[in-house]
Amino acid sequence: MAFMKMTSPHTTRAGDTGDVMKQVILACVPGLITLSYFFGPGTLINVVMASITAIACEAAVLKLRNRPVGFFLKDYSAVVTGVLLGLALPPYCPWWIVVVGTASAIILAKHLYGGMGYNPFNPAMVGYVILLISFPVEMTQWAIPRTMLEDGQGPLGPWIALQHIFTGAGSIDAFTGATPLDVFKHNNSQLVEHLYNSEPIFATGRWAGAGWEWVNLAFLLGGVYLLYRKIFTWHTPVSMLATIFILSLAFYDGGSSHSGGSPYFHLLSGATMLGAFFIATDPVSSAVSTKGRLFYGAGIGILVYVIRVWGNYPDAVAFAVLLMNFAAPFIDYYTLPRTYGHDKARRATEKKD
Amino acid sequence: MTKIWSIPGGIHPEENKSQSLQLPLGEISLPDELIFPLSQHIGAPAKPVVAVGDRVLGGQKIAEAKGMISAPVHASTSGTVTAIEDRTLPHPSGLSGPCIVIAADGKDEFADFETCEDYLSLDRDTLVQKIRNAGITGMGGAGFPTAVKLSPRANQPIDTLILNGTECEPYITADDILMQTRPEDIIRGTQLLAHLLGNPERVVIGIEDNKPKAIAAVTQAAQGTNIEVVSFPTKYPSGGEKQLIQILTGKEVPSGGLPSDIGIVLQNVGTAVAAYEAVRFGKPLIERITTVVGQALETQRNILVRLGTPIHHVLAEHGFVEKKAMRLIVGGPMMGYALEQDDVPVVKTTNCILAPTKKELPPPPPAQACIRCGMCAEACPASLLPQQMYWYAAAEEYDRLEAQNIKDCIECGACSFVCPSNIPLVQYYRAAKGTMRQMAIDKEKSDRSRKRFEFRQERIAKAEAEKEAKRLARKKAAELAKQKQEAEKAAGVKPASHADKVDIVATAMASAKAKQATPEEQKSKLQRAVTSAEGRLEKLQQRHAEAEGDMKDRLAAQIKQAELKLQETQNKLADFKPVPTEIVAEATDRAPAATDPNDPVAAAIARAQAKMTMAPDEKLKANIESLNGRLAKAEEKLATAQAENSDKVEALQTGVDKLKEKIATAEKELAELAPSAPAAPAPEEQDAAAAAIERAKAKAAQQASMSPEDKLRDQLNSMAGRLEKAQAKLEKAKADNADTVDALQLGLDKMLSKRDKLRDELRAINPKAPELDDQPTASSKAEETPEQPDAATAAIEKAKAKAEALANMSPEDKLRDQIASLETRLEKARQRLAKAEAEDDPNLDAFKTGVEKTEAKLEQAKQELSNA
Repeated sequence: MAFMKMTSPHTTRAGDTGDVMKQVILACVPGLITLSYFFGPGTLINVVMASITAIACEAAVLKLRNRPVGFFLKDYSAVVTGVLLGLALPPYCPWWIVVVGTASAIILAKHLYGGMGYNPFNPAMVGYVILLISFPVEMTQWAIPRTMLEDGQGPLGPWIALQHIFTGAGSIDAFTGATPLDVFKHNNSQLVEHLYNSEPIFATGRWAGAGWEWVNLAFLLGGVYLLYRKIFTWHTPVSMLATIFILSLAFYDGGSSHSGGSPYFHLLSGATMLGAFFIATDPVSSAVSTKGRLFYGAGIGILVYVIRVWGNYPDAVAFAVLLMNFAAPFIDYYTLPRTYGHDKARRATEKKD
Repeated sequence: MTKIWSIPGGIHPEENKSQSLQLPLGEISLPDELIFPLSQHIGAPAKPVVAVGDRVLGGQKIAEAKGMISAPVHASTSGTVTAIEDRTLPHPSGLSGPCIVIAADGKDEFADFETCEDYLSLDRDTLVQKIRNAGITGMGGAGFPTAVKLSPRANQPIDTLILNGTECEPYITADDILMQTRPEDIIRGTQLLAHLLGNPERVVIGIEDNKPKAIAAVTQAAQGTNIEVVSFPTKYPSGGEKQLIQILTGKEVPSGGLPSDIGIVLQNVGTAVAAYEAVRFGKPLIERITTVVGQALETQRNILVRLGTPIHHVLAEHGFVEKKAMRLIVGGPMMGYALEQDDVPVVKTTNCILAPTKKELPPPPPAQACIRCGMCAEACPASLLPQQMYWYAAAEEYDRLEAQNIKDCIECGACSFVCPSNIPLVQYYRAAKGTMRQMAIDKEKSDRSRKRFEFRQERIAKAEAEKEAKRLARKKAAELAKQKQEAEKAAGVKPASHADKVDIVATAMASAKAKQATPEEQKSKLQRAVTSAEGRLEKLQQRHAEAEGDMKDRLAAQIKQAELKLQETQNKLADFKPVPTEIVAEATDRAPAATDPNDPVAAAIARAQAKMTMAPDEKLKANIESLNGRLAKAEEKLATAQAENSDKVEALQTGVDKLKEKIATAEKELAELAPSAPAAPAPEEQDAAAAAIERAKAKAAQQASMSPEDKLRDQLNSMAGRLEKAQAKLEKAKADNADTVDALQLGLDKMLSKRDKLRDELRAINPKAPELDDQPTASSKAEETPEQPDAATAAIEKAKAKAEALANMSPEDKLRDQIASLETRLEKARQRLAKAEAEDDPNLDAFKTGVEKTEAKLEQAKQELSNA
């Protein structure tokens, strides 16, 4: 009788790429909850809208490319892109911002490069940067944290929020304001200490700005969970955070009006933790070896700090990640691990004569 | 506590070891038919030493090792050899290969084994030889001949012997049960191996910590010895040779090297026991412990099974439910290979037969895209980047793969195991490695042919250069001879003989003779030919045995041919008698002028040998025939030489005479030998030869009757005619502006130079020949001016007219005329010389000689005139 012919190994660990992606989505939940708690339901609406748009775009493009739609949708990679972009977008931004950004991420940044596994750039960050450059006004209006609301003023209700998002009706000016990074960037006269006392966003917070510090801690929690589940290794996030820490320590200068900001401020502001654990760890567009990922993470850390402190944008995770995506193949060439039985590591560009 | 090192990567698949350990080590019934592949090990396949129909006993050697890295095969029970044929092999490829098939007679009789109690007192070589003769090979996986591993190179002292009891593959418990049941034998075997390796400083048995019973048993048995028993955390693939070495010593086997390069030898525990049994009880490797496991079986356990037992027999003994099974694996689930057929036998390396159900080991889901998550890199025990290797393998970028050290991949399957996208990574690497191996072979081949080609070009260029050098030497010799001739002539002596020319021919003949082999050499050559023919025949037969289909037929035809050739050579050798020297000499005669003597000489030998096998009368006939042919050729040559007045004439004449003499002798011999045989060689042939001879003779006679001067005149005249024609053609071509102008011009130039040469010759014979008049001017003009053809024609016309005029003149007038012309020429020549001197012309010497000659001529003419 004939048996099935297969090559070894004959056994594999249970689970597939979809399971990995689901873990990532799960790890985003604490951050999402914290964002919604401090800034209202805007982020949740963003995430839902972006996820739906991402799935729809993914399905449409797969159909166009004659790929099995169900098979690829099951890898949940489109949902991850949607969720991450939704988390990064300002709450209560118009619906078309979300749709345009997500569609750009899935269609331009992912499928035009060959789809899953072939995109050189992080799709969510490409979508974000397209929006930031195209629609700067809509993209720089963040909601104010609940700690800054006046007495008696409740957070924005979901109904008004949806109305505003889809029709633009109703002014939500009372609910928007500058982020801690904005405030810090525009300070050029006050000592850091004074700034912290005078600006309500700092005054109502603990270490790095009201709400934001907790959001970042929530993402850190999600990231630690992913590390525990061995979804990725510690190299990229630790290297990135350590670099930011060292740079902010080096340029803190005791809190003068020209200070770059304290390490607390940088580590717990903006998209630092989201970037470190959810964006920079995107395996497709990052460096591959552990050594390479140390360089890659450090590069992102340097760029984030440089752009935040000396650049034109208050936050810089998207730009930093995209710039390092460019450098990833180069890093890969020179950071091969030392193979068993070899005295030293080789270079991927080596050629036999 | 012994220090252990950790290895990078590694995985923890489900162990599944308990199923087969519930029952004690069992045995199964003897099958009716046993199959013994000739290649159960790494290295050259064994060579059968039994024939179909032979009765063999258990333990009897049925195939012997062929070459250094090889191992013999022994029958595992008594029975009759029913076939030596190709059967499906227990190999990942599923290909067939030569096997010895034995029908068991059920008596299970054994040959006597040579026991030896005091084996440690035997010398090393004897022990290693015993292990080699017992067919012991590595029982863990690859099946490397143990005796080879036990003979490390002298410059590689072994300081560590490691016994591998790791058994890290899931499901397999064969070594586990061996360690549990026979720990003392393992220790004895280990001591034996240590003894053979010169008692290394460290002897260690490594066992994974998931085998507590085995660890306890072996530790117990090892008490009081210097053998360490080390356990370490369970992790796949700790049992890999390189990984175990790293775990136990912290050292790494250099890439592309062997453990012995770092003073380590590693053996499987099963191999140690087999080696011990081989020297202690003389027992060859005829059985082994194999794990039979999987949920498609009713009984799961370890068995002691005779090698050669078909797997379907093993499965049948364990209640195999075919319906439940989806695949059949030899080895473990990580590195084992799937069988397509269950009729393959258990061999020396079969450590597990795994018959899982579909639920137990489900088929892999379809592969998703690689997201470069890097889990494979985390799992890789060799610190490779499997995700990068996968990309490069898929893109067929072999340079990049090489830089990624794909050659250091041990194909353990850890990367495939952890891949969330279920990509069959190992398969990609295997395919890429195969392609790279093939590419390396192809490259070597093309490099070799390139080198061969370059060498050939070089050789040809060298031969050409030698030829050219020889040609130049000959030319020089000819010139010298000519000068000598001229000198002799000038001295008024008739040239006696062309002694030097004859010498050249004689030397060539002598050297060719020297190259000819002596009878002893010829005989040994024939013997060599017989041996090589035998070798070829054997090789072909072997290949025939391995070949299939078309190839088989083709090889059969080749074998037939080889047999014929062998017979022929053998006959020749049998008939051999020393070749008479005349024949050799004669054979040599054919090749006196060859530039590359090897081939013609060989051909001549062949001819001479062919002659030896002939009847004497046939031989003679053939002889005469060939002599006639040669005579005709020689005569023709002679005629040409005479026509050209070449200085070879004499030598050729001698050759012709000799040939004639030989023919006469041969004919006489033939007549004496066989009155019944046709009295003479085929008459037509003789007639033809005779006619040729006659013709040549006539021509030679005709030419001989002419004085050389007349001959030259004749030639000059004909040349003048041809020149005229050529000029006319050239004119026409120029008028038509045809493409052929250049070619015609070239032809004309050649003719002119030939004519000049003829004139020179004529001048040498008779300086006063009328054709010579005014020539230098004409020819020099011809060389310089574009209107040279016209000038030449004019000069010729003039010369002709002059010649006619001269013919009508009285000798005295002729002389006067000559003197006048010579004076004019001398004047002109002197002028040119002066000009040349003024311009420091490189041809100055030539001009000087010309002037002197003309002066001499003038002097001579004046003398003659005064005499007249």
